[in-house]
Amino acid sequence: MSPLPVNPLLEVRGITKRYPGVLALEDVDLNVHRGEVLAVIGENGAGKSTLMKILAGVQRPDRGQILWNGRPVVIDSVPAALRLGIALIHQELNLADNLDVGGNIFLGREPLRFGLIDRRRIDRDAARFLQMVGLDVSPRQLVSQLSIGRQQLVEIAKALSVDARLLIMDEPTSSLSQREAETLFRVVRSLRDRGVSVIYISHRLSEVQRIADRVCVLRDGRNAGELGRADITHDRMVRLMVGRDVSQFYQRLPHEPKQPVLEVDRLRTPAYPQHEVSFRLRASEVVGVAGLIGAGRTELLQTLFGVTPAVGGSVRVQGRATRIRSPADAIRAGLALVPEDRKQQGLILDMAVSENLSLVRLAHDQRFGFRNRRAERELSVRMIRELRIKTPSPRQIVRYLSGGNQQKVVLGKWLAIRPRVLLLDEPTRGIDVGAKEEIYRLMEQLAQQGVAVLFVSSEMEEILGMADRVLVMHEGRMTGELSGNELTEEAVMQLATGAGPASAVRPPDTADRANRSNSPKEAP
Amino acid sequence: MKKILGIVGLLVVVSILTAIKSPESFLSAYNLENLLRRSALFGIISIGAAFVIITSGIDLSIGSGVCLVGCLLPWLLKVHGWPVAAALPLVLIIPLLIGLVHGLLVAKLRIQPFVVTLCGLLLYRGAMRGLTGDQAQGFGTGFETLKYLALGKPFSIPLPLVNWIRDGSWGDWSQFVLWVACPMPAVILLLVGVAAAVFLNLTVYGRYLLALGRNEEAARYSGINTNRMVILAYVLCAGLAGLGGMLFVLDVNSAQPVDFGNFYELYAIAAAVLGGCSLRGGEGSILGVIVGATVMQVLRNSITLVGIPTQLEFAIIGAVILAGVIVDELVKRLAARRRAAREARDR
Repeated sequence: MSPLPVNPLLEVRGITKRYPGVLALEDVDLNVHRGEVLAVIGENGAGKSTLMKILAGVQRPDRGQILWNGRPVVIDSVPAALRLGIALIHQELNLADNLDVGGNIFLGREPLRFGLIDRRRIDRDAARFLQMVGLDVSPRQLVSQLSIGRQQLVEIAKALSVDARLLIMDEPTSSLSQREAETLFRVVRSLRDRGVSVIYISHRLSEVQRIADRVCVLRDGRNAGELGRADITHDRMVRLMVGRDVSQFYQRLPHEPKQPVLEVDRLRTPAYPQHEVSFRLRASEVVGVAGLIGAGRTELLQTLFGVTPAVGGSVRVQGRATRIRSPADAIRAGLALVPEDRKQQGLILDMAVSENLSLVRLAHDQRFGFRNRRAERELSVRMIRELRIKTPSPRQIVRYLSGGNQQKVVLGKWLAIRPRVLLLDEPTRGIDVGAKEEIYRLMEQLAQQGVAVLFVSSEMEEILGMADRVLVMHEGRMTGELSGNELTEEAVMQLATGAGPASAVRPPDTADRANRSNSPKEAP
Repeated sequence: MKKILGIVGLLVVVSILTAIKSPESFLSAYNLENLLRRSALFGIISIGAAFVIITSGIDLSIGSGVCLVGCLLPWLLKVHGWPVAAALPLVLIIPLLIGLVHGLLVAKLRIQPFVVTLCGLLLYRGAMRGLTGDQAQGFGTGFETLKYLALGKPFSIPLPLVNWIRDGSWGDWSQFVLWVACPMPAVILLLVGVAAAVFLNLTVYGRYLLALGRNEEAARYSGINTNRMVILAYVLCAGLAGLGGMLFVLDVNSAQPVDFGNFYELYAIAAAVLGGCSLRGGEGSILGVIVGATVMQVLRNSITLVGIPTQLEFAIIGAVILAGVIVDELVKRLAARRRAAREARDR
């Protein structure tokens, strides 16, 4: 029997890090034991990323000490971290997708033979690490041909190939399908069983609950608490993260669906031209679109909004046939889209909060082409107040806001034109619990004011918690519609995986059948 | 405003150095008037370049556009005997159409601006050389009204102190003011510059240009017709190159198709970059661009006056621009670090 390790593998003591304008970390402690999965959670801006960057040698702390195997170490560069055995797997993967799998695993450390790359050895060694992560692909396969989930496993294989003792995974499942995530969990567990330690950062608390041995919570750059295996529950994690009870997370009032405002008839998107999609959306209704990654949900919203114009079918807005060939057409018809990729599609990151907030509204307030600067100023002040956007001033560059506040800016710019139909694509992806709650409250508020809300979400809780009615898609088709008592996690998954309609499930809706009983829902 | 402080500083430094080395020539009324005219001519084409650069594009065909108009106008008037009223509109419309084609190719066909306008660079100059048989085209005498656009001096500008500095005649109040004739191109630049600045800073379209230069996709998702704005930028750029070409040829009275306007696109791009435009797009100040164009002309002027061999002109301009950009970057970083330190202290 081996003696109990006296020291943790990694011990962090009193780390402090200051950025211009922000105290990112203050006196933070953290221990990681051998063969342990430690989840680090916290709202955006709580300091998780900064702490991980310090451990991986990307940033240096202003103060504090790091002990590795009980000995003080200085991690002043990424190679220094790798030498110790600490590997960071980024949220955005860092693979060269023009190279093959083997080439990526050994990038920068290629085994040579007579001065040339020894392909055979790469293939042989790579296969071993691929097996460790349960990835069944050839080392000669191009990385760009793999799904995101498999690319992630290649990253892990790469980390193992440098003999990492501590893997830091930053939001590893954020762009994975359910099945890919399951594979990842299996790999994480098998690594743990081999004695590899894992720091797991995630916003998805249900995942944390399943995979973590221990949870460390950060709040405002400080330690907010720790939970042992037995204490890891959704409620306790949320309470530590926000520092208060979030008992009524999905607060909803009864909706009184009114006249149809968006009628979609046999719409065909360029992405899935062989499938027709039909549905109706009524005023004061919140409808969710569920499905797996790649089910065609984003494509549907983009086609409705004119980003990728339809190749067939028709759309009626407020009873009038409307041709939508561009976002400008959609806006004119009263539609708004909060897109999936906030930074690339939703915002001009390097412009000011006020400039972003007024961007859509400008055209409406113009006079002979001139901007109405007073209206612009008033609009941004009002939106910042109403949406509680945390920004030092309307002139702050949006890039420097937190994810949740950035998302509020996107919402604000659309609310400025008072849309009749609000389309949202993964509205709470990558934002913290507090901001999530506020975005749900806004969606609810808009529905009360008569806006028809259609939102795509991959988070089951969100779908079940927010939607009056759920449309489920699978590979470009609408496989069913659920509401009322039929709306259960199992039913959604059944339709989402294309398993065919269960008995309780109706075919896709074309008429306005009975809507879900309007009872407010409790928190999950 | 802060952004252009650096370039104004560079202008002042170069001017002072030249004035010290060669006060009589540099600060003469004749030289200052010339400097004003050259700066204005290059300022006009630089503003066009700035619009395209703001969309994160580039226009390499400016010099060839200058050549096209510069050769075509005298060719139509002298060789073919067209009336001014017919030739003038034509030579100003052709560049607009060229810009339209550039814009359509960039926005609709999604061809890279560098490639589109590089082909334009070869095409327009080549076409003019073929059309004119590579012969110099000139106005000769006459066309006084037309030439007034480039050579006219509608009024004079009083410059205080210049005489005193030049001659060391401090206290001689009769010499306090130097009157420098203001050439027409400077008046035209003023009109173009004010219009461009108003367009960029006060209209919705200016905001759209800046937005799409930073992130075209997000601009499109916001309902902005980004294609139309990009096309507009190329039309403005080619149009201003054409206007510049006309003024350039009227100024020097004749043009050689083989080298008229050669490298002018690079002067224009350099002026825009000096004036605060980022080649990444989404940034730019019209005033900065005009100052940038002026810096380049003062540099050329001082190379001649100080007696540096003119063969070294490009090398010196290149070195000064590079130094300016490096200093600008260093100052920016220093300021950022100071701000960070201050914020840390305030905590």
